[in-house]
Amino acid sequence: MTVGLSHYLTVAAVVFTIGVFGIFLNRKNVIVILMSIELILLAVNINLVAFSAFHDDLVGQIFTLIVLTVAAAEAAIGLAIVVVYFRNRGTIDVAEIDHLKG
Amino acid sequence: MTEHLNLLPLLPELTLAVGAMALLMVGVGGRADARGELVLWLSVAVLVLAGVFVAMGEGTVTLFSGSFIVDPFARLLKILALIGAGVALIMSRDFWRNDGGVKFEYPVLLLFATTGMLMMISAFDLIALYVGLELQSLALYVVAAFKRDSARSSEAGLKYFVLGALSSGMLLYGASLIYGFTGSTEFSQIANAVQPSGTNLGLIFGLVFLLTGFAFKISAVPFHMWTPDVYEGAPTPVTAFFAAAPKIAAMALFVRVVISAFPAITDQWQQIVIFLSLASMGLGAFAAIGQTNIKRLMAYSSIGHMGFALVGLAAGTEQGVQGVIVYLAIYLVMTLGTFAVILSLRRNGKMVEDIDQLAGLSRTSPLMALALAILLFSLAGIPPLAGFFAKFYVFLAAIEAKLYLLAVIGVLLSVVGAFYYLRIVKIMYFDAPVEGFEPMPRLLAVVLGAAGLLIMFFFVYPSPLVAAAGTAAKSLF
Repeated sequence: MTVGLSHYLTVAAVVFTIGVFGIFLNRKNVIVILMSIELILLAVNINLVAFSAFHDDLVGQIFTLIVLTVAAAEAAIGLAIVVVYFRNRGTIDVAEIDHLKG
Repeated sequence: MTEHLNLLPLLPELTLAVGAMALLMVGVGGRADARGELVLWLSVAVLVLAGVFVAMGEGTVTLFSGSFIVDPFARLLKILALIGAGVALIMSRDFWRNDGGVKFEYPVLLLFATTGMLMMISAFDLIALYVGLELQSLALYVVAAFKRDSARSSEAGLKYFVLGALSSGMLLYGASLIYGFTGSTEFSQIANAVQPSGTNLGLIFGLVFLLTGFAFKISAVPFHMWTPDVYEGAPTPVTAFFAAAPKIAAMALFVRVVISAFPAITDQWQQIVIFLSLASMGLGAFAAIGQTNIKRLMAYSSIGHMGFALVGLAAGTEQGVQGVIVYLAIYLVMTLGTFAVILSLRRNGKMVEDIDQLAGLSRTSPLMALALAILLFSLAGIPPLAGFFAKFYVFLAAIEAKLYLLAVIGVLLSVVGAFYYLRIVKIMYFDAPVEGFEPMPRLLAVVLGAAGLLIMFFFVYPSPLVAAAGTAAKSLF
């Protein structure tokens, strides 16, 4: 059996789904949500690199590099906001982020 | 071969980016108490300069091998976004003054967000789209949590960050599938690769994910959950900014992607847009009824208005896009005017956000009440105010595209929506007055007066806006 495009796409889809479920099912900790977001972006990167190799086109890999860079910036800002939140509330429990109703 | 790279069409974005970085330097030096306001006014100047550069452009130009486009559509929406950002910035001054001084980071972050918006509006490639969107979003996450000693503001920032990052992830996953199934990230080549017959399932999946990401950004139902919380928790000038400029940029992006990249499968995305539009109009009309906090009410109001704007896009025609642009322009003026009032509701040094506290405003500050009443009637869509014409153009386009059911339900829901706007008017004019408010700051009064007059007398001379929107819509098809 050779590993083809569809295998990569399946892995990416599974990782993406784990990421999305991690955000919605997680009731404990905001850090887990940040990790789930990273998973989603990594799934996208697997997709892009697989397609890039499949099409023999470099654009997909350039896109991946840009996504990696932006993901780093996003993680930095996310962690900064979590720190600010923790200073105000003394907890990062997801179930307690409910002062604004909705 | 050396090709001469013409950067002139990129001048507005360059001005904003370089200006923002230069102002960061200005903010670090200088006297601590004065530099915040200095940076704020210089930022307004940078925005105006960028607006002048946008207006100087002509025709349709593409840059960077087709990934960046400047056409009449981009120019008009860029000017609207710049107006939204500039006015929101001016309106924020008195709020920050009362809150312990203007911090110079705020105008600089707004400039970076605006740079991202202009890049989104001009994006003609999935990579350019993503980078512009993230530049805007990352700056907005920070400003939502800008009052870092307030639990409400940091909670708003956290919620906005988590849901915004999720939506970017979905959008990106969609973009990767579209790239994979068409072999290109550029809109014109995607349009060539997409065939109406025998459409690939993977491509449709990608399109759905991409539209999900856009729906998050314009806060269309069912991806609206962040909106009320973020609007309520964020500092009020930030809410005013959120309601204005980013909505325009995201809607412009939405329109450009579906019209330019997927014209061959209009009937596929049309169903999604119709659903988003109906759900947003419905939720905007019904969920706002029970609200007591005026910022939350404006959140539901903006959800509803995005639903109405999507009616025009659902038509998928040139006339529909023209309607969307007219709607966005009028929505911008109404929102900025309403937030000028919300920002001046201050009593004994504290902001008031309860709708009941507006009771008897017609007696304590009659001019403010009159202007707010005009804006609320316009938001409800009552003729001859501008809000009526905004709805008129989108519904007309829907009728001509034979979307009769959508138009009829939309009109009915706008009647339901009128209820809560009229309730505020009733509270202002017929309830017994409570204590008066502190006098309205002059800057806010000017914004409110201008917005009120524009909305009131739009019907006298509507042709400049309608004609400009027509030219802009034409450039997309």
